[in-house]
Amino acid sequence: MTQHAGPACPPVGVLALQGDVAEHIAALTAVGAAAVPVRRPEQLDEIGGLIIPGGESTTIWKLAVAFDLMEPVRKRIGAGLPAFGCCAGMIMLADRMVDGTGGQETFGGIDMTVRRNAFGRQVDSFESDIELRGIAGPPLRAVFIRAPWVERTGPGVEVLGMDAGTDRIVAVRQGPLLATAFHPELTPDVRLHQLFVDIVREQS
Amino acid sequence: MSVSTSAQTSADRVFDEAARGAGAAQTGTARVKRGMAEMLKGGVIMDVVTSDQAKIAEDAGAVAVMALERVPADIRAQGGVARMSDPDMIDQIIAAVSIPVMAKCRIGHFAEAQVLQAIGVDYIDESEVLTPADEAHHVDKWKFTVPFVCGSTNLGEALRRIAEGAAMIRSKGEAGTGNVVEATRHMRQIRAEMLRLATLPAEELYAAAKELRAPYELVAEVAAAGRLPVVLFTAGGIATPADAAMMMQLGAEGVFVGSGIFKSGDPASRAAAIVKATTFYEDPDVIAKVSRGLGEPMVGINLDTLPPEQHYADRGW
Repeated sequence: MTQHAGPACPPVGVLALQGDVAEHIAALTAVGAAAVPVRRPEQLDEIGGLIIPGGESTTIWKLAVAFDLMEPVRKRIGAGLPAFGCCAGMIMLADRMVDGTGGQETFGGIDMTVRRNAFGRQVDSFESDIELRGIAGPPLRAVFIRAPWVERTGPGVEVLGMDAGTDRIVAVRQGPLLATAFHPELTPDVRLHQLFVDIVREQS
Repeated sequence: MSVSTSAQTSADRVFDEAARGAGAAQTGTARVKRGMAEMLKGGVIMDVVTSDQAKIAEDAGAVAVMALERVPADIRAQGGVARMSDPDMIDQIIAAVSIPVMAKCRIGHFAEAQVLQAIGVDYIDESEVLTPADEAHHVDKWKFTVPFVCGSTNLGEALRRIAEGAAMIRSKGEAGTGNVVEATRHMRQIRAEMLRLATLPAEELYAAAKELRAPYELVAEVAAAGRLPVVLFTAGGIATPADAAMMMQLGAEGVFVGSGIFKSGDPASRAAAIVKATTFYEDPDVIAKVSRGLGEPMVGINLDTLPPEQHYADRGW
């Protein structure tokens, strides 16, 4: 499965405030990209793309506020930095959110409304196969953990995939921004990370 | 428990479930249970006894709360049999916060675990802090959709719990003491035993499994990967931001704080400080900054003053 991103690919950051950072770094490494954990605003200048991992979106938001990352990340995304958010990361990339907790904010970037914990509690968490637009080959095994879904998308947002059980949108792309409600980093299948690294290379 | 060499490895379980799935949606797979713990990494899970405390924990940036009737320090002080919490109280906490809610069952008390699953808690802690219900057997955790976390003092104990289906491990430490020394011992012990396994030639892993009293397949898996097949948190005595940072530097992937927050002078500030210290555990400047102005920490207990029957870490088999 290992492919090489080539010398033209700048380092890809993984927002390392909380969540499954190590799995994203491993997936990026598997597709040949240099991966760096990002905890400080100044580190945003050294990367050509940013992954926002799964975790607890309230915790990631609180820490991003406390360590002065909200505005710098918004500014970089607004200026065209490619970003890929999974689960909590999808919430952080959404322009609008329902079922957030007291004043919860996102980085934004993708013109969509997401619902937090939409699939239910942990006993409802599941894995299933999903066909994704733009991903060749067999379906992906998608792992949904207390996952959000997308309620509405704006005109510029391309829907990449739907969950078959609920008919809900669970994967989207808007320009260089990618988001999934599920966790590709929890399986050995690195096709979505390859797609993101391709986007990073095109944008650099 | 039997240490069978024909036991499936944890990786086989994950693989079989995926193969069996053949496209269909499946709940309660090992990947879904272990994956939930992956999402808690780098975070702090806080003991709470009321919905108000749960809100304070969520506002401070906790990744989850542990709903229980009495924090360990009070269980120690008050004595008596400590059991699963009242379902009404767990419901109130579930209703109060949007983050995951965990709850404890007694060691081996599978019916308490069934109740907690029915209530809809997100994780069950089969915990030595409660009074054990079975002196030989832990809960068969593979039978549940909800994932379990279990305490361990060493690698063999961790692997026995994983063999029973635990999807997350935490050090036991010594809960309710505000004294980090036992958690330190357990984290160092687990790490040292994993490092040792990784150095052994393959033919010595059989004897190593026998010494650890753990299934050979799991021992071989740890030897190859250099780590547990599930997430490893720390628990039991963490009371300050520096305690959390020390545990993270010793290899913990996240932190449980029990009595340390709500038995201190200023719970909201202390909770937020421990959250920050857990993320920036390698940055002493941040730890120093967040350690200021937190008020009184919980009063600690020196372990040599604890009678042997009050050593919770000895519970579990």
